[in-house]
Amino acid sequence: MESLSNRKKVVSNKKMTFMEKMYFPAIWSGMMITLKHVFKKHNTVKYPEVKREFAPVYRGQHVLKRDEEGRENCTACGLCAVACPAEAITMTSEERKKGEEHLYREEKYASTYEINMLRCIFCGLCEEACPKEAIFLTDRIVPTYFERNDFIYGKDKLVEPVDQRVDISKRQLTGKRPA
Amino acid sequence: MIIKLIIVVVLFAVTLGIAAYLTLMERKVAAWMQDRIGPDRAGPFGLLQPLADGGKMFFKEDFRPTNADKWLFIIGPGIAMFTSLITGAVIPWGPDLKLFGETISLQVADVNIGILFIMGAVSIGVYGIMIGGWASNNKFALFGAIRASSQMISYELAMGVSVITIVLMTGSLSIREIVDQQHGFWQDGWFSWNVFKQPICFVVFLITALAECNRAPFDLPECESELIGGYHTEYGAMKLGFFLFAEYVNMFISCAVISALFFGGYNFPGMDYFSGNTLAILGTLVFFAKTFFFIFVFMWIRWTLPRFRYDQLMHIGWKKMIPIALINLLITGVVIAYTEGWFSKDKSNESASNAKIEQPLGVNTSPEKTKTGNSL
Repeated sequence: MESLSNRKKVVSNKKMTFMEKMYFPAIWSGMMITLKHVFKKHNTVKYPEVKREFAPVYRGQHVLKRDEEGRENCTACGLCAVACPAEAITMTSEERKKGEEHLYREEKYASTYEINMLRCIFCGLCEEACPKEAIFLTDRIVPTYFERNDFIYGKDKLVEPVDQRVDISKRQLTGKRPA
Repeated sequence: MIIKLIIVVVLFAVTLGIAAYLTLMERKVAAWMQDRIGPDRAGPFGLLQPLADGGKMFFKEDFRPTNADKWLFIIGPGIAMFTSLITGAVIPWGPDLKLFGETISLQVADVNIGILFIMGAVSIGVYGIMIGGWASNNKFALFGAIRASSQMISYELAMGVSVITIVLMTGSLSIREIVDQQHGFWQDGWFSWNVFKQPICFVVFLITALAECNRAPFDLPECESELIGGYHTEYGAMKLGFFLFAEYVNMFISCAVISALFFGGYNFPGMDYFSGNTLAILGTLVFFAKTFFFIFVFMWIRWTLPRFRYDQLMHIGWKKMIPIALINLLITGVVIAYTEGWFSKDKSNESASNAKIEQPLGVNTSPEKTKTGNSL
């Protein structure tokens, strides 16, 4: 049958010629290849000073978004926790009190919201499940810690600060939901 | 006497310094050939990396396995280091220097059996590896040591025969004499450097030198992937440092020997335009340039070729290198005998035959060469 990839080769056991047995031409061409690489551009990125740009769809540390007025989008519906295959997300919900309208967009909000970064597999299903466009994965890297407990990220690390919005436009064209 | 002492100390320091910086050079060359940058964190361009490595080696715990033979375990790296360092004594690093009305020979000892001395010292170098590998009481270390010794014995033969070829042509075992006979670049209608007179001999010597230095593709005694380091598996701290250092010193010395025997040592084209101290300094620089070129070639080969299988190694050593070297020696001998006029019946014909002979191997037929040849 004709192969589709066209990559198969018929094995040949032909005897090597004298020149091939000398190996010097082959060694010489090999050395020329390595010499060529000396003058090629290095692929190294000097990491701490220069950081390699991530792909736009990179899935890194999560962010809990706020809307334009600075109110948290999350309503603690729990769909992300249900969707999470690694069971990394937990939360408790609470009702919004009077006078907290500027903090939470809807009547219910997450009083605690925790993601265990050791469990998380960064699949992005939470983001897909979220009906309120509240949780997104970003191009930030989750750093390492010495203690296991440090990997459990609460709202203090997940919710974006009002004055320091996290840009997710590269990853998601919609950052806003219809009013 | 004091001058000799100064030369010894300077040579010692320079050899060790060069060996230290060869580790950096090796890593840099490896990196460049793999499209990387290499160590660049310690100092500008990573120039302080050898210091950092050396400091680390010094301050690590000097560990010795329980069942290792205590004294042999210590002596092993010592012998390796000692033998690799003493070989530098007979290499002429440059033409004579004239300072304060005294002629200073840039050589620790112009022994008239210089090249023989180097071969002998290199052979003793096997003891360091063998003792170190055996004393660590570890099967991988022993494997590495056995591989090293059999490899070195096999390749020393071919190396010796190729050296004999050069000695036969030169008529002297003294390295300075060998270098002086390759004066300049062009002499009597042919290149004066031995590599142009004895290309096959040079190739054999280069390959065997690679094997003697335990360098890739002949690095079977210490192949990381098979023997987890070979004979220095059990070593740590500065004892390991000594083994690794000795290897780089060996590489430096064998590159120096290659450039002295085959590439004219401190001779360079147009050297007759200079004289005195200028010539001495230029010659020394040229010698080091040649040496470093060959060190680069060694590294270049290491990062190009894969390792040989052990049977292939033995096959090349015994069935290829030795016959080629022997045949080359035979041909050289016949040609020299012919030039000397051994085959002509009439002795008075000698000078005439000298003038007529074509030089298939480029054997030098200048009058003084014939003279030294006769004294053989």
